[in-house]
Amino acid sequence: MAAAITLDRIIAVQAAYVRCIDSGELESWPDFFTDDCLYKVTTAENHKLGFEAGIIYADTKNMLIDRIVSLRQANIYEKQTYRHILGLPTILANGGNEVECETPFFVARIMHDGQTDVFATGRYLDTCRHAGNDLKFARKIVVCDSSRIDTLMAIPL
Amino acid sequence: MDAKTNNGATHSNSAPPNSTPAMEWPAGVLTRIPFWVYQSPELYAQEQHRVYEGPIWNYLCLECEVAKPGDYRTTFLGSMPVVVARDYDNEIYAFENRCAHRGALIALDGGGHARDFTCVYHAWNYDLKGNLKGVAFEDGVAGKGGMGKTFCRADHGPRKLRIAIFCGLVFGSLSDDVPPIEEYLGDEIARRIARVLHKPLVVIGRFTQMLPNNWKLYFENVKDTYHASLLHTFFTTFKINRLSQRGGLVIDESGGHHASFAMIDPTVTGGDYAQAGLRSENEDLTLTDKSLVAFEDEFHDGCSLQILTVFPGLVVQQIQNALAVRQVLPKGQHSTALNWTYIGFADDTPDLRRARLRQGNLAGPAGYVSMEDGAVGGFVQRGIAAAANERAVVEMGGGGTTNEGTRATEASVRGFWKAYRANMGI
Ligand code: FES
Ligand SMILES: [Fe+2]
Repeated sequence: MAAAITLDRIIAVQAAYVRCIDSGELESWPDFFTDDCLYKVTTAENHKLGFEAGIIYADTKNMLIDRIVSLRQANIYEKQTYRHILGLPTILANGGNEVECETPFFVARIMHDGQTDVFATGRYLDTCRHAGNDLKFARKIVVCDSSRIDTLMAIPL
Repeated sequence: MDAKTNNGATHSNSAPPNSTPAMEWPAGVLTRIPFWVYQSPELYAQEQHRVYEGPIWNYLCLECEVAKPGDYRTTFLGSMPVVVARDYDNEIYAFENRCAHRGALIALDGGGHARDFTCVYHAWNYDLKGNLKGVAFEDGVAGKGGMGKTFCRADHGPRKLRIAIFCGLVFGSLSDDVPPIEEYLGDEIARRIARVLHKPLVVIGRFTQMLPNNWKLYFENVKDTYHASLLHTFFTTFKINRLSQRGGLVIDESGGHHASFAMIDPTVTGGDYAQAGLRSENEDLTLTDKSLVAFEDEFHDGCSLQILTVFPGLVVQQIQNALAVRQVLPKGQHSTALNWTYIGFADDTPDLRRARLRQGNLAGPAGYVSMEDGAVGGFVQRGIAAAANERAVVEMGGGGTTNEGTRATEASVRGFWKAYRANMGI
């Protein structure tokens, strides 16, 4: 029996997750997910209306790997980075081996010329699952507050 | 110091170069596009009257978004805010979202369900057809105040649009001269819309992408078959859209509408990119999850990709099984809203729906083959910042605007300018 999923473990995995993205180590990003994960970027309006489609929609970890390969090798976009600022997670349901939690985020996008804008705010609706000593995301629904995306979304949230 | 002050006050003998665009464009020329067309505020204002309010059909929303009596959506006809509603006679109506009293918006949100509309400002009331039905305190209070004796409600109301519905797409027009929708589209474009939108639709997602460029740069981009396999390397690498792949281009007589398409051809392993030394050739790139691009030939015609435009701002997309309509709306000379509506069919099997959700990654603001399109318009807009009187070269495939058996052409971009110039009278 693995150690209980506590709030501090959830905070730690969320912190590591956004640090991975913000530091540009995108090749490690899929490792935060289980093989059968669902990762979806959507908006509050779509989420409320129950629309299934996502701006990004991946229902296997392999799709996340492919997204990074595509970003690195195929896609063209101006050099940019994100800075995620996270709020405190709320545990919505604790099933022992799996926890559902909600974590608010704020993401600034920093373009290569220095322009910095609020790119997205929203919340992560996550299902965290035990995977050995780690917690992995079996589900991460990224619900952006705004229905608008500026220019394009290259780097995942 | 702005150009006008400079011109008038300190350089009285000669205007500084480029202070005001000459706005010259020889008649009939479609192979050179002056950059002021993407910059001029005057032109932008004229577009509202001559294009959007002119003899054209504007895409407004999907019929399934106003499925039941009382359902409404708000949208735009160019810059004009519009309400689209289904009344209890089961007909769809559309009217300017502008109160006849002082001009406030009548409906404030994106859509919903209503029996009627009441303007929040002074509570004037409208039915679902946009008729003014009630004026608060019309007869005054206790014999005082009230509207003038000559005031007649029927004389006041927001402008009403003509409506046309084609394959579940709702179009609106302010013009009495616009031809019937089938005639407006032409046979081939109508047929190519119908091959995709052939049964009842459902919305599976709605996203807005804000583009940092003039609307025309985006609309041209969609019509630009030349760039598709050069800018978007994801497609070429996975052999979905090689220029050597069987496919083609259809342009309607007006020039304003087009369809480009590709047929399934898994045997093609063309070396045309490698020979040209172009960036697109990347044989190492393989998908870990190859099922993403597993195409189900749901239309039973071997067509795996069809991008279709209807002048001035509709895109109907079939990228494999990822279906969407895109509405292109001007938001100032240098800003465009691209409204994506991801769609499926009401009778989708779970497998087909899953394929749509997964292939949704191909398009949209984060799309493997469309994210670049969100940015290139901005690259042009920034690049031409000081080049109002310079010109773009649109000469690939000659100077024509007719259908060709190849996508290595800019014929449909020239077609756009043909239709645009005709509508604008420039
Ligand atoms: S502006 Fe609508 S009622 Fe006055
Ligand atoms: Fe493109």
